[in-house]
Amino acid sequence: MTVSILLFLPVVAAIIVAFIKNGAAKHAALFFAVAELALAAVFLSRFVPDASTQFLITTSWIPKLGIYFTAGIDGISMVMVLLTTLLVPLIILTTYKHEYKNAGAFYALILFMQAGLLTVFTALDGFLFYVGWEAALIPIYFICALWGGENRIKVNIKFFIYTFAGSLFMLIGIIYLYMHAPAKTYELGDLYKAVLDPHQQSWVFWAFFIAFAIKMPIFPFHTWQPDTYTEAPSAGTMMLSGIMLKMGIYGVIRWLIPNAPSGFLQWQNLAIVLSIIGVVYASLIAFNQKDGKRLIAYSSIGHVGLIAAGIFAFNVQGIQGAMIQMLNHGINVVGLFFIWDIISRRTNTRDISQLGGIAKVAPNFAIAFLIITLGTVALPLTNGFIGEFLLLKSVFNYDIWLSAIAGLTIIFGAVYMLRMYKNTMQGEANALTAVFADISGSEKLVLGIICALIIIIGVYPQPILHISEAAVTNLVREVEEKLVNVAGKGY
Amino acid sequence: MDKYIWLIPLLPLAGFIINGLGRNALPKNVIGFIGSLLVLVSFGLSVAAFFQIKASGVPINVTLFEWVSVGNLKIPFAFLVDQLSAIMLLIITGVGFLIHLYSIGYMHHDAGFGKFFAYLNLFVFFMLLLVLGSNYLIMFIGWEGVGLCSYLLIGFWFTNPSYADAAKKAFLMNRIGDLGFLIAVFIIFNVFGSIAFADVFGKAASMPSGNTTLLVITLLLFVGATGKSAQIPLFTWLPDAMAGPTPVSALIHAATMVTAGIYMIARSNILFTLSPVTLEVISIVGLATAVFAALIALTQTDIKKVLAYSTVSQLGYMFLGLGVGAYTGAFFHVLTHAFFKALLFLGAGSVIHAMSDEQDMRKMGGLKGKLPITFTTMLIGTIAISGIPPFAGFFSKDEILAHTFEHSTTLYVIGVITAAFTSFYMFRMLFLTFFGKFRGTHEQEHHLHESPATMTIPLIVLAILSVIGGFIGVPEVLGGHHELEHFLAPVFEPSTKLMGEHHLTHSTEWILMAVSVGAAVVALGYAYLKYISKSHVPVSDTEERPLLANLSYNKFYVDELYNLIIRKPLDALSNFLYKVVDLLGIDGLVNGLGKGSIEASRGLRLLQTGNVGFYIFMMVVGIVAILVYGYTLVN
Repeated sequence: MTVSILLFLPVVAAIIVAFIKNGAAKHAALFFAVAELALAAVFLSRFVPDASTQFLITTSWIPKLGIYFTAGIDGISMVMVLLTTLLVPLIILTTYKHEYKNAGAFYALILFMQAGLLTVFTALDGFLFYVGWEAALIPIYFICALWGGENRIKVNIKFFIYTFAGSLFMLIGIIYLYMHAPAKTYELGDLYKAVLDPHQQSWVFWAFFIAFAIKMPIFPFHTWQPDTYTEAPSAGTMMLSGIMLKMGIYGVIRWLIPNAPSGFLQWQNLAIVLSIIGVVYASLIAFNQKDGKRLIAYSSIGHVGLIAAGIFAFNVQGIQGAMIQMLNHGINVVGLFFIWDIISRRTNTRDISQLGGIAKVAPNFAIAFLIITLGTVALPLTNGFIGEFLLLKSVFNYDIWLSAIAGLTIIFGAVYMLRMYKNTMQGEANALTAVFADISGSEKLVLGIICALIIIIGVYPQPILHISEAAVTNLVREVEEKLVNVAGKGY
Repeated sequence: MDKYIWLIPLLPLAGFIINGLGRNALPKNVIGFIGSLLVLVSFGLSVAAFFQIKASGVPINVTLFEWVSVGNLKIPFAFLVDQLSAIMLLIITGVGFLIHLYSIGYMHHDAGFGKFFAYLNLFVFFMLLLVLGSNYLIMFIGWEGVGLCSYLLIGFWFTNPSYADAAKKAFLMNRIGDLGFLIAVFIIFNVFGSIAFADVFGKAASMPSGNTTLLVITLLLFVGATGKSAQIPLFTWLPDAMAGPTPVSALIHAATMVTAGIYMIARSNILFTLSPVTLEVISIVGLATAVFAALIALTQTDIKKVLAYSTVSQLGYMFLGLGVGAYTGAFFHVLTHAFFKALLFLGAGSVIHAMSDEQDMRKMGGLKGKLPITFTTMLIGTIAISGIPPFAGFFSKDEILAHTFEHSTTLYVIGVITAAFTSFYMFRMLFLTFFGKFRGTHEQEHHLHESPATMTIPLIVLAILSVIGGFIGVPEVLGGHHELEHFLAPVFEPSTKLMGEHHLTHSTEWILMAVSVGAAVVALGYAYLKYISKSHVPVSDTEERPLLANLSYNKFYVDELYNLIIRKPLDALSNFLYKVVDLLGIDGLVNGLGKGSIEASRGLRLLQTGNVGFYIFMMVVGIVAILVYGYTLVN
């Protein structure tokens, strides 16, 4: 059994769903997404949580250029595969009460995007990685451009050019590594062996960093994000924030730091500081956002900033924290955007100041919103806590003052989340919210699953940490060894 | 017993789940019964654990499972029951049970009855976790968990926006403290390589006194304590927390949660004993809080606000006790305070219940005939908190003051003055509420009634405890053996070894006692003179007050000050960052770059359509071409 089944099923599914007419498309899409999840579960059950890469496929693709179709799953990829295959069916389910024009195309694009994302998370060949990276971008571009809000065209062009420009830098970085790789292939193992002096590594660092920093995004490369998240259709926003931004984080762990360790070391401080500025800056901006979706967009910049900082501080706890937090952030942010999808569908507004009192009329919705809020503010025994704890601990190991500043997130996060909760849910209902119908059917199912995950992972996070533990430990050790070797050569 | 420890927190959790799921389906009697019974069973188990510890003197350690393990960071989900946590267990489940029982009557007419019991059970669960945890992280789970329950219960009637605000404020202020706690945990792990109490205290005991690392750790832990236990500067959430139903005020905001900070410091006593500077800070902050809150309490007219500020003030006493090294005394006061303050809050609840939800003492008066049980029990509570012997508060407060005297005469004098204030405002409350003429409406007067048995029984039990509770800590000078001190000795042993034994002479102790009791009695007399002999009633809000009274009545404008120096600047900063830095600055630059490149590429435009869709189309074509090319090569 190789990872190729996992990558091709969504492509096949996308092609089939593309031809299904309106009403049935979502059912078909959900069916395939669940099948993909089941397949991922099979992979997980056969996965041995050691440091090795499993389910490996290596096929010659364009041998003249040293390009191979090489992909596999280690502990780090396994968590990413789980994230992707878990969220896509949930996201499809959140659209069940929407009626899209050309629904077949819409769901086909989501499934095709899933294939791109899974390729990114399992690729072990630089070229394949790049192909997956762009293959994930194109569907989301069309999803936003065709099904988005009023300003979608303008916002979308900016989003596309911005992120595409970033990925071109990455492509240059990959080609540069390839040129220095001993066996002249794009295979990751070969790229890792490229011998570069710290100055060259510094360039490689920047080539990758810009691409990943835009994708996450890290301050100050973030300004495409709030507009795009706000204008995209909810399902698109969820794909972007729940899964796609993790391509950037994953890229840092797998492609940036191991390929240019001493380049990373030179810019480590800057990278951490930018990440932490993002935490405080975006959280502060989130305080007074009027549009609920935009508020979540900024809060996401803050949360991702902390994940990035934890990784850049570079130790096992930080990267393990990042692994579990990527999963948690995906779950929580999909939940939050769904909450706002429900609110805006029922009231035709996302303006927080016009809402209030919903908890009284929709108690189940209020409970779900509260649980997701608690997960987002990282209350212990919810999923957000252990990730945030490990990430802050990692930053603390790097510098105590930076950890104190990054730690402001536990206060600021509570400020904007509880403000938002209060202003939408508490107080007396007004004319707009008095008739708010409580959640039902597919809404109840999605929010129920999300809340259950928040609590289960929060109470017992160890099984998830265990999946990636060996791979992360190994990765950190290899990078450290590489750094020692470089230092030994007098660089 | 060791095998059943996990049941102590699990039973209330089960109550939360049952009552939470069945909140609309189950009848109220069943909900109340389940909620109370499970806490009662937990109490039974706690009693068993207590006697086992008392008999054997050996703490119980239970590891349930490995919670988190990352690299060298290993955190087991483990419990520790020693002398300190055994007493806390008794307080939480014992007083907790009484308050559950009381709530059956008090909340009977509330539509959210089921939700209320679910939350209350959840609170007990987290509070038990807090005291049972055998390492700082499990303690932290409970620590933040009780904060959540506090948030939920303060905002229980959330349709009132000011109540919802009070809830939010409590959560946020606690979070500020929690950040301190969290960073302390990080440092502890880095220094000691573990966050388990046994490892940390063992290693710390051999560290030199005055060591900077310990100083930083203890100061940060204390920051955490100021949030949870409402000390300066993070105290303003507690008075607002009175927005919650009264049983909540009694359980969470008086008897248990707010004492978590004292518990945490007492638990970590060795770290603090080795940091004399921190102890000094704690004693000053504690005493300052005690005085400040007492000054505010002097003029409050809302019966619950008086009690709230009195709680802040009494917590200040406990911190004073910790600061002067009277760990046993501080903990003794936690215990007695749990009895009499829970009693006073529940009594106030009974009054409010009878007064059809009126809380303003200016509209009460003369209730003692109509509410005899409430009156008698509250009288006992008032005497107890005022430090008049032989009631509970006297012994614990006296122990703290005696240690303070050893430490510093100035602090002692301020402490005694505060005790006099306490006695004054408490008797003022009692006199305004129960004596004189009834000042409410006819309708209220018509409805006046003593509360049902589920409410009066807890009052009576707590009153009895407020009378006799102090006898477990009778000092030698009064011919006692101070059983509590002997019982807790193993917990504080590392500290007492370092601090050494120094005793006041018996004659000094007699004088000190006479001074504090004298001060309390004089204050009582003054309150009697003012509110009974002269039948004085505080002026209405529209009338002017003298300057000092006005400051006190308006809580020294601390909330307004915080609003001005923290909240407003942060909101202004938020708007500035968004509108100026983000939209105009960074995004403006990005858009400018985009426009610039469009201008520059005008010459190349003949080759390019400028249509992103076209680019993407070409890219797709390119990728497909590569795929096809690759495929043909492979085959």
